[in-house]
Amino acid sequence: MTDPILEVRNLSTHFFTDDGEVKAVRGVSFSVSPGETLGIVGESGCGKSVTAMSVLGLVQRPGKVVGGEIMFKGRDLLKFTKEELRNIRGRDIAMIFQDPLSSMNPVLRVGYQIDEAMYAHDKIPKDDVKPRGIDLLRQVRVSDAERRINDFPHQFSGGMRQRAMIAMGLSNKPDLLIADEPTTALDVTVQAQILELLRDLNEQTGAAIILITHNLGVVAGLCKRVLVMYAGEIVEEGTAEQIFERPQHPYTWSLLRSVPRIDASRGHRLLSIEGLPPDLIDLPQGCKFNPRCPFRVERCFSESPPIEQVAPAQHAACWVTMERAYAEMGAGTITDTSPGAASGVHPGGRTLPVAEVQAAIGGASGD
Amino acid sequence: MAAIATPALEEYAGGTIAREQVGLWRDGFRRLRRNRLALAALVYLTLLVLLAVVAIFWTPYNPATILPHTLTFEAPSAAHLLGTDDLGRDLLSRMMQGAQISLIVGVGTSLIVLTVGVVVGLVAGYFRGWIDTVISVFINIFYGIPGILVAIILYLVLGRGLLNIMIAISATAWMDMARLVRGQAFSIREREYIEAARASGARSGKILFGHILPNALGPIIVQATFVIPIAILTEAFLSYLGLGIPSPLASWGSIASEGYAALPLEPYMMLWPAIALSVTLLAFNFLGDGLRDAFDPRQRR
Repeated sequence: MTDPILEVRNLSTHFFTDDGEVKAVRGVSFSVSPGETLGIVGESGCGKSVTAMSVLGLVQRPGKVVGGEIMFKGRDLLKFTKEELRNIRGRDIAMIFQDPLSSMNPVLRVGYQIDEAMYAHDKIPKDDVKPRGIDLLRQVRVSDAERRINDFPHQFSGGMRQRAMIAMGLSNKPDLLIADEPTTALDVTVQAQILELLRDLNEQTGAAIILITHNLGVVAGLCKRVLVMYAGEIVEEGTAEQIFERPQHPYTWSLLRSVPRIDASRGHRLLSIEGLPPDLIDLPQGCKFNPRCPFRVERCFSESPPIEQVAPAQHAACWVTMERAYAEMGAGTITDTSPGAASGVHPGGRTLPVAEVQAAIGGASGD
Repeated sequence: MAAIATPALEEYAGGTIAREQVGLWRDGFRRLRRNRLALAALVYLTLLVLLAVVAIFWTPYNPATILPHTLTFEAPSAAHLLGTDDLGRDLLSRMMQGAQISLIVGVGTSLIVLTVGVVVGLVAGYFRGWIDTVISVFINIFYGIPGILVAIILYLVLGRGLLNIMIAISATAWMDMARLVRGQAFSIREREYIEAARASGARSGKILFGHILPNALGPIIVQATFVIPIAILTEAFLSYLGLGIPSPLASWGSIASEGYAALPLEPYMMLWPAIALSVTLLAFNFLGDGLRDAFDPRQRR
């Protein structure tokens, strides 16, 4: 196996706010091989973007990387000076953002913004910058690139702007492209085009891609390997096939059950995950998913499960795992996904049935 | 079906683009042209600048020479269109020189304010932290002291001279500019395109002057325009107090000051600089208002 170009070990990033320490990313480890496509999925606020920002050293006050290592080509980015980091950004690791409308400076021409990334690093010879800008725009399939390169961002459509952002990201031939929700702000047909473009560029340029998204369909279309994050931790990791076909963490399983599928059988019910992600300032003890997990057992409330191998190349952080949930709790036929429904575990006072809560509220107001 | 749909879509996109092609500047100037007051002010100021330029090469008489065979306080005549002053110097020549001085002080001060205010404001607003605290506290302290007082004291310390007048007026005038730019930088730095620029490895200087500054240019230009009349007025006031331009150089303020003494005998000497100052200040203010309306995106129709 080739050496990974990026290896994140035990990364923790916290935000020191007036309300307390928001532990946005805790002990995250993963690696990316050259040319690989890795997806990071999870709901809003699970730490996906903060992880990406940490890699690029872009976490702003009050946030701070509090621990871990980010090894890029064998060197720890966390030990880099500001100037060394700036040299990595956009040159070796490029990033594209969610909203192409607000990610381009409205008063500067598109071509200027693409060229700027190249001038900032001297990796591309100065004389080659302008022709390369046009080439890049053509490469990301903007028609009439020679003319459009002199347009302002507002003259581009949303999809074209995202293409231009990708061109900007690729301008210095990076080894790694981090795409943070690159299709979220685009309509569905354009989403598909952008994904296809990313897939082609990954094959043509050999740049590894980390795709950050909450959209499982997007991951399925592009990534070979997938990380699932929940409340600032990686809960499951595996190949795309494993994650979609045989998820082992109840969160991954629930996430997949909440996505409508065109190939689902008629009787397939769309299930939502009850409850909300935990407060990152005041985290629950044990497994962070325990307040919402239908399959939780007693141990989930006292001990955090370590991430362990559950199949070749697949890891999950769960005391139960779906394999056991299917065998012992009848997960295949479950219709009630409320917390503890399948396992019947409701530790003292932790989750109150709705009726009890209402009774308690009613009693209080009667006083 | 796809073959039919595609060209139609492109044509539509082409139409939208053609309509939106007008940039920030052309759009702004187009709206400025519709504002008659601002346009009249612009015409007047252009003429004033021309007059000041002409005064470099030619004035009817030497503005500093006491003319032989000429009476003091002469009323306007064919020989002296605006009359003569208390020493028998040609008032038109002196007014022309005064226009020069006023414009130099106005524009020069504005440029100093622009440079200092923009740099300080950008640095404070972008880097925040202790540097912003220091700058903000400094500015707030000076907000409690009248600017004219600071200008007078500083001018006395620096000594007389055109450049020193501009420095003395700038000493407090840059603070408004710095505040404005700081506020702009504060909000613009949080935009996603700044984050994107940072992620592409742009240097801090490039982000400040290449990304934040162009986005704040509209309000900065407007503010710089408003600095000009303030500087002209302050210079006139200093000259009126006898602190301004060293004689025999003429400034509108010093002419007015000398004319004031003669007011019971002869109104013209006071009248001309008063008119010139009023109209010029008004013109700059109208132009500034016009620019603000033209560049304020909230008023875009």
